[in-house]
Amino acid sequence: MNCFDIENLDLFYRDFQALKDVNISIPTNEITAFIGPSGCGKSTLLKTMNRMNDLIEGCKIEGTVKLFEENIYENMDVSLLRKRVGMVFQKPNPFPMSIYDNIAFGPRTHGVKKRYDLDELVEQSLKKAAIWDEVKDRLKKPALGLSGGQQQRLCIARALAVNPEVLLLDEPTSALDPISTGKIEELLLTLKGKYSIIIVTHNMQQAARISDRTAFFLLGEMVEYGQTEQMFAMPHNKRTEDYITGRFG
Amino acid sequence: MERTQLIEKLMHAVFFIAACASIFAVGLICIFLFANGLPALKEIGVGDFLLGKSWKPSDTPPTFGILPMIVGSLYVTAGALIIGVPMGILTAVFLAKSCPPRMYRLAKPATNLLAGIPSVVYGFFGMSAIVPLTGNSILSACILLGIMILPTVIAISESALRAVPAQYYEGALALGAGHYRSIFRVVLPAAKSGVLAAAVLGIGRAIGETMAVIMVAGNQARMPVSMFKGIRTMTANIVIEMGYASGLHRDALIATGVVLFVFILIINLSFSALTRRKG
Repeated sequence: MNCFDIENLDLFYRDFQALKDVNISIPTNEITAFIGPSGCGKSTLLKTMNRMNDLIEGCKIEGTVKLFEENIYENMDVSLLRKRVGMVFQKPNPFPMSIYDNIAFGPRTHGVKKRYDLDELVEQSLKKAAIWDEVKDRLKKPALGLSGGQQQRLCIARALAVNPEVLLLDEPTSALDPISTGKIEELLLTLKGKYSIIIVTHNMQQAARISDRTAFFLLGEMVEYGQTEQMFAMPHNKRTEDYITGRFG
Repeated sequence: MERTQLIEKLMHAVFFIAACASIFAVGLICIFLFANGLPALKEIGVGDFLLGKSWKPSDTPPTFGILPMIVGSLYVTAGALIIGVPMGILTAVFLAKSCPPRMYRLAKPATNLLAGIPSVVYGFFGMSAIVPLTGNSILSACILLGIMILPTVIAISESALRAVPAQYYEGALALGAGHYRSIFRVVLPAAKSGVLAAAVLGIGRAIGETMAVIMVAGNQARMPVSMFKGIRTMTANIVIEMGYASGLHRDALIATGVVLFVFILIINLSFSALTRRKG
């Protein structure tokens, strides 16, 4: 079963074509990594999947993007789509409010009001993101007081609080130190199986360490897509091989 | 070589003097105000002056209690804030986050123009448009001042909103929140200190306003009775009576200026405290 089926996707920023005829099916409850050099379109594709590209003026999309068989660009409530498809950004972006309110923001947006329910959701989400023990005594303290790595795990917890089906991560560790990065990777491995995870990374070792499948992008095209082990051991395409072996990028 | 060095030194002195001039002016105002006001304060008695409810400078013996004017200034300032701050913030949100560029090119200069209109023109507008509805009253003064503080509140709040990193807004959207929920629950709270600073500057503008208030507030030197009755502010008190006052009466008016100055000082200090405390 696939969470996302993308067919013949072309994406333009005004006259510039950022994605060229992308076809990809992403299986549920696995970790899928998008790799490729800067400007290859991997982040653009990610932002297409929860329609964050809608914010960019002059962005035009052709082709179909389906989430569990439903076209997300037709008759789908964007708010509901973003509840089902959560996103974690490159730079940790906790809101300038308390840890508790950060986590409760999503559930409150979607109508959870009772104090008891919110308390429960906050605790569960923080536990799922493996940060509960570090913050349970300071839930009312500002989230901006946490370290960068903690902030990013808080952002993951915040995304999990609305109970998404898919989690999109846009280079979530590129602003973090190696130890924090390790913790996030560990966390993602515990989350797979319950959530479909799609991660954009410029770090090939990271893709090799945690992902089940990898897609390699170059200049807006998806060059190769397959099992991560297979792809890193024996890439089919010469350009993939050049990138993986570090000949460019 | 020597010549250029001389010019450098000369220019340095010119800039230095220019910078000193404004500090000098503030110092001079302070000295003048306190030198003339404090003796009157002493003679009348600080308690009688600040808390006295009766202002009758022509009686024998005269009474100089400015509490009605202090309360009057506070009333119209508070009213102006209640009207002007929410409206200004909402306008700033619209300008910063929702305004189509073509409309912005019209709306932004329009709000700036509001700041440039002389207060006597505001007063005239108040006399012909607001007074017929609400009379020469506290309410009229509040409405008019509310409009007058708009440009200040709008400009400062808008720049505070624009300074909030886009990733907060995007983060809220990515959780499924709508445009306005993201703004009011995440972006606006993040701009809190800037918006507060805008309100404080608005207070300064409102409490110091004179001409427009005189033209719509009725100017009765008495404790406020109702929103629909007149009131006199400290500024109005000074302007109305300064023309014919002499002796202790004149000094009492200057002492009123001292009180006003202290208010403005407090407002400015809290403004700089608010803008300094960042991050």
